[in-house]
Amino acid sequence: MEHTILILLLPFLSFILIGLLGTRLKPTAAGAIGTVVTAIVAVLSYWTAFAYFGAGRDAGTGLFPTLMPWNAVWLPFGGDLHIDMGILLDPISVMMLIVISTVSLMVHIYSFGYMKGERGFQRYYAFLSLFTMSMLGLVVATNIFQMYVFWELVGVSSYLLIGFYYTKKEAIAASKKAFIVTRFADLGFLIGILIYGFYTGTFSFTPDAPALGAAKAMLPLALGLMFVGGAGKSAMFPLHIWLPDAMEGPTPVSALIHAATMVVAGVYLVARMFPLFIGFAPEVLHVTAYVGAFTALYAAIVACVQSDIKRVLAFSTISQIGFMIVALGVCTSADPHQGGLGYMASMFHLFTHAMFKALLFLGAGCIIHAVHSNEMSAMGGLRKYMPLTHVTFLVACLAIAGIWPLSGFFSKDEILAACFSFSPVMGWVMTFIAGLTAFYMFRLYFNIFWGNENKELHAEHRPHEAPLTMTVPLVFLAAVTLFAGWIPFGEFISSDGQAYHIHIDWKVATISLCVAAAGIALATWMYMREDRKVADGLAARFSGLHKAAYHRFYIDEIYQFITHRIIFACISAPVAWFDRHVVDGFFNMLASVTQKVSWGIRNMQSGYVQRYGIWFLGGALGLTVILLLI
Amino acid sequence: MDYSSIFSYMYTEIALIGVIVATLIFDLIAGRRGRRFFQPVACVLMLLFVAGTIVPYHRETTEIFGGMYVYDPAYGIVKSILAIGTLIVFLQADSWLRREDTSFKRGEFYVLTLSTLLGMDFMISAGHFIMFFIGLELASVPMACLVAFDKYRQNSAEAGAKYILSALFSSGLMLYGISFLYGTAGTLYFDDMTARIDGSALQIMAMTFFFAGLGFKLSLVPFHLWTADTYQGAPTAVTSYLSVISKGAAAFTLMVILVKVFAPMTQYWQLMLQIVIILSITVANVFAIRQKNLKRFLAFSSISQAGYIMLAVISGTPYGMTSLIFYVLVYMAANLAAFGVIATVEQNSGGKVEMDDYNGLYGTNPKLALTMTLALFSLAGIPPFAGFFSKFFIFAAAFEKGFHVLVFIALINTVISLYYYLLVVKAMFISKSDSPIAAFRSDSGTRISLALCLAGVLALGIASSVFDGIGMFTFGL
Repeated sequence: MEHTILILLLPFLSFILIGLLGTRLKPTAAGAIGTVVTAIVAVLSYWTAFAYFGAGRDAGTGLFPTLMPWNAVWLPFGGDLHIDMGILLDPISVMMLIVISTVSLMVHIYSFGYMKGERGFQRYYAFLSLFTMSMLGLVVATNIFQMYVFWELVGVSSYLLIGFYYTKKEAIAASKKAFIVTRFADLGFLIGILIYGFYTGTFSFTPDAPALGAAKAMLPLALGLMFVGGAGKSAMFPLHIWLPDAMEGPTPVSALIHAATMVVAGVYLVARMFPLFIGFAPEVLHVTAYVGAFTALYAAIVACVQSDIKRVLAFSTISQIGFMIVALGVCTSADPHQGGLGYMASMFHLFTHAMFKALLFLGAGCIIHAVHSNEMSAMGGLRKYMPLTHVTFLVACLAIAGIWPLSGFFSKDEILAACFSFSPVMGWVMTFIAGLTAFYMFRLYFNIFWGNENKELHAEHRPHEAPLTMTVPLVFLAAVTLFAGWIPFGEFISSDGQAYHIHIDWKVATISLCVAAAGIALATWMYMREDRKVADGLAARFSGLHKAAYHRFYIDEIYQFITHRIIFACISAPVAWFDRHVVDGFFNMLASVTQKVSWGIRNMQSGYVQRYGIWFLGGALGLTVILLLI
Repeated sequence: MDYSSIFSYMYTEIALIGVIVATLIFDLIAGRRGRRFFQPVACVLMLLFVAGTIVPYHRETTEIFGGMYVYDPAYGIVKSILAIGTLIVFLQADSWLRREDTSFKRGEFYVLTLSTLLGMDFMISAGHFIMFFIGLELASVPMACLVAFDKYRQNSAEAGAKYILSALFSSGLMLYGISFLYGTAGTLYFDDMTARIDGSALQIMAMTFFFAGLGFKLSLVPFHLWTADTYQGAPTAVTSYLSVISKGAAAFTLMVILVKVFAPMTQYWQLMLQIVIILSITVANVFAIRQKNLKRFLAFSSISQAGYIMLAVISGTPYGMTSLIFYVLVYMAANLAAFGVIATVEQNSGGKVEMDDYNGLYGTNPKLALTMTLALFSLAGIPPFAGFFSKFFIFAAAFEKGFHVLVFIALINTVISLYYYLLVVKAMFISKSDSPIAAFRSDSGTRISLALCLAGVLALGIASSVFDGIGMFTFGL
């Protein structure tokens, strides 16, 4: 397994190479380097997964072994505390390798077509490599601190990519917003890590029993703070505000970072710390479930009324991540047969969602590429012009709605089953959100491909199917979405590591299928026709609610108010005054005193060596006298 | 213990003598043409020397020749660091030595430099004051020749004269102090002396005089006045050697002797060091601000850096010693990079060393300007460069022992130092010039040396294993 180091090293080298050569490299050459490297990484990841799962379970414990092919002490502190850097292979990290390298490769290929002719093509590929390296490093981290280091690197590369169009004001604002909000959340993560390290004496994910016993009282706090960091990256309410704005970045970036990989880092974090959550802080885990459920509901409602197709997808992502968090949060034990099902369900949904959400974003990219707008009003009736995009988009919509036999059905079914076993209320709430999901996704679908065509715009600029580099990834991801549900996921990943045989809970499945079908039917009725009497009528009738939902329930405005009116005006302004007048004043005084003294004593350096001798002797005698006097 | 095993503890010095003899022989047999290869030969010899001695052969502290000479793995580490620094100076020296008026005597440069290095090695390993003094003189006298190497240039000759006069004066004072020690303690062996030190008035005087001698080497205020003139006048390669290698050796020896020999007088020398540290850092900073000549400027910078090094000495702990060695290592990387740039600019621009000459350097020689900037950032202690970490460690060492006010004063001075370091950066990057230094390509030795130094500046702080590796050997304090 030593080759796994290449999985991290190659994208890093590619980043350095493309980044340093910059525009000296031809755009196609830069893209080719990035893509080939990612392809090699993908092959290596698949090989790793094949070798890892192929080697089988340990005969004694019945678990897949946890391997550390590389690990080195990087920063030792006093005592036993040290930060390591290395590679950890266990079922979930290997699964994440597959997800990241697959989506990343698809996005690399896709970007050839999508970013063609863009200024800064090389820079784009350099950042993509950086991101891929960081994300892979995050999932294979051997300890919480290494994870944090790569976590921040991921944040930086996300910042760079959101702000890729740096001449666009909105993009700059969005990149700053994303960075600041997630950094703010990461502060919680860091404090959590420090508390964790301080009380357990290690940064390892699996401290030994005595260390855990000693830290027992502080673990819920540490884990809770870590979840704050996870909530920031995974856009949980109320830290979700950056994700919709992050759609200002190039669309393939949204597919890679803001749909499939980075935003699930929070989910991955909770899954990584799951044994500690379940063992020492189950109540914190349940809090995450409520946060996740509320986020899922909120985002689903908002998604129903957005008109920018990328924003609909962004809110849909937030909502689906909510599902994953809920699934982890409703776990009550580590046994998948008794209340631990959610862990497997969450990871499964992470896997399937990454594929079909990337597909949706890439499809949206093709559409935007064709009509040069993100607004639904510029679309409609596109199925005639873009048949391939249409079919693959439909597959993804059906999958996210949870229709058998697509991948989303299987993972969502497991999540709902886990919720029902936790509490019926949670189960019904999540089922309702699943119905909403079906509704808003098909609202999106019909608005893009059916309904009223914007003939004026389309006559002026006839939409066309995307080039091959863009459609091949679509087809590949659609194929994965079609078949991924049949993967016996529980055989590889489960909450206690033992093989778990997935069985469909037909009662839950029937309910969720009915609800999804109802959602789709409603959307069809409301949006498939050319005129939108029902939809417009409803919007007019509930105009207050509609407007509030369209403005995302004014969460951004609340943030604006809190930051500008309260924090800036009441705290920052006085601090700034203090800084300008007192702190700067002190240093200005220092500067002027230094200048004056400097002129005052310049005669000391006279150039006469005999005077130097006097100073020398005087100094030695002076020191003697001082020492004698005390 | 038979002789072979006795000598096996002196492997560093013996190997160095071998290098010196080999260099001398090469100087004799190589003709005018052969001398062109002096730099590669000297560098390869040094490289072999460093490679052969960098790993300590013995793990335990041992005294030989009845306690005259002390072997200690930590000493070995310091000697290796000094040797690496010397190697870097050799790499940078060639463009200067190649000149018409020095090319025929370049062998002398290498032999003299290596002789001073040998003196420092003996000084470090001394276990007796006479041994220590001989080492010190062996390091001083050839140094004066080096400073006056360009003896037909008035600057260099003047610098040599000032250096040798000041050195004589300080040696005299130091010897006077040592004689008091002998008179009051009845011995000059370090080990025996500790028990007979009681802090009497005569011994206090002896200690300050002794300290003045090393204070001269370290150019601590008020024993620093020769520094600026000598640094300015000496050939740049010699200046960089003087500012790094000579200081590193003196600082380390000072710490060993103060902590080991003057242990009963700890409160006295701690007070003395506090005064000297505050004076050195502050006075040097105040002078550095007004300098227009870069060599003079770096002279004051090095005085202030020596004050910082004393922060590690004052702690008197093994941690302090680790930080001291680490500080010297990092300071070496940064300072040799800065001097390397100055030397190559001076050689390629017809002797330009004024700060105004550097205006617009970034436009014509971006790589050199960048190297200089990183070196100055490291000297100023800006993270993430190595200088930040080394400063952090010495501050921590002094803070740990309760010198809070002292650390605070030192911190304020780093702010001031940042100002004058940035002045140079500003000249290179922002200030416009009508006639900037033309673009040129430095010789390969300089480029290798600058790359090595930059690697040190960038990597030493982040690679924590270096600090820990040094820490493994400083337990003996």
